[in-house]
Amino acid sequence: MTRTKVWIASLATPVMIALLLLAGSSSVRAADQPAAANAEVKIDNFSFGPQTVTVPVGATVTWINRDDIPHTVVSTDGVFKSKVRDTDETFSYTFTKAGTYPYFCSVHPKMTGKVVVQ
Amino acid sequence: MPDKKQDLIDQQLQDLNNDGVDRRGFLKCMAWAGTGLVWTMSGGIPVSRAFAKGYGKDAGKGGDFSFVQISDSHIGFNKPANPDVTATLQTAINKINALPHQPDFIIHTGDLSQLSKPSEFDTLDQALKGASAKQIYFVPGEHDMLSDNGEQYLERYGKGTKGTGWFSFDHKGVHFVGLVNVANLKAGGMGSLGHEQLEWLEADLKGRSASTPIVLFAHIPLWTIYPDWGWGTDDSEQALSYVKRFGSVNVLNGHIHQVMQKVEGKVSFHTAMSTAFPQPAPGKAPSAGPMKVPADQLQQVLGVTDVNYVVSGRSLAIVDSPLADSGSSASGENAGVDSTLG
Repeated sequence: MTRTKVWIASLATPVMIALLLLAGSSSVRAADQPAAANAEVKIDNFSFGPQTVTVPVGATVTWINRDDIPHTVVSTDGVFKSKVRDTDETFSYTFTKAGTYPYFCSVHPKMTGKVVVQ
Repeated sequence: MPDKKQDLIDQQLQDLNNDGVDRRGFLKCMAWAGTGLVWTMSGGIPVSRAFAKGYGKDAGKGGDFSFVQISDSHIGFNKPANPDVTATLQTAINKINALPHQPDFIIHTGDLSQLSKPSEFDTLDQALKGASAKQIYFVPGEHDMLSDNGEQYLERYGKGTKGTGWFSFDHKGVHFVGLVNVANLKAGGMGSLGHEQLEWLEADLKGRSASTPIVLFAHIPLWTIYPDWGWGTDDSEQALSYVKRFGSVNVLNGHIHQVMQKVEGKVSFHTAMSTAFPQPAPGKAPSAGPMKVPADQLQQVLGVTDVNYVVSGRSLAIVDSPLADSGSSASGENAGVDSTLG
């Protein structure tokens, strides 16, 4: 039992050091955007999912078409406009300004979505 | 019961619209559709003829003619719902070429291509070269507008058209109007004709005699079938107000990849099957889009529409035939839907 405790302790130390290093390294890279803030929107069944996505300033939103029909991603205010995306094709846009960005599929205009950047 | 039978006859003899077909009578005709009968009025008495036999003989006499509507060929589509849309298009063309009376022309109501690619339009043109009907009229679908607002489409099929591809022509006394309701679509909306086209349409129809039969054709339905799926046209009311005064108006559409019909006064609406893949009935699936059916059933849910115009009866008979039917629309369960429209 003592050996087990020692074994756990000797594992814990490198793990703790690794965690501290990671924590430290992410605070060192505070200016960079952590990957978790970027967002993905899946296009399927003639809809954008999630329909509303909220991201921080500087985040990149990637749309991926999982439908069996081509779609587009077009900002209603002319901010961004994808080429037509067939199945498995993607479109990405990096939002550098805070705001609300409604968009739709110009081929199937009933499909609408929104990106909120704050 | 004798009373019910008498009511049926009375209804069919009622001629409320003075065009030979009473609305109730028409609806009763629809119930006969599966057996391939066509009803015309002759001296006020309904007369039925088996479609396959009757029209073959009489077509072409004194101004009668026929044309075929095909739609939604989606050349370039290659998903499980139909891995070979070019082959099913070819089957449709063969079927048209085998009709007992050859159509004067073909109308394609849009979604010629899947992605507006030049190679897709090329393949379509190649296949259509084999059609015995050499005159083909087109209106674009939303899939044909994917490259720069439809420039590819207009270059190839836009000769003599205006704006995004609208036009009209006359054929043996019938006035045909091709409309484009797939351009400049607005977020959250359905199909859209737009102000410029509506102005053109009003001017185009002005001064024409109300007895001129009118045929409007456009990709997206010009009546509201299912707004959630965008199956309708936001500003079609205005367009339809321009044709209200005419005695016979037929509206031919595509987009929904299934046959739907509606009669409202003197205006008859009809959508065609696709030659590529079927779509679900409104609300019967989470969304619109390609619907997979067992491979041996595919040819039963794809089809062409044969339209026969009979001058003497001033009626348009519209027959939808699945690709799989045996060639005579009067036979079997797969018989097309016949409807005689005034």
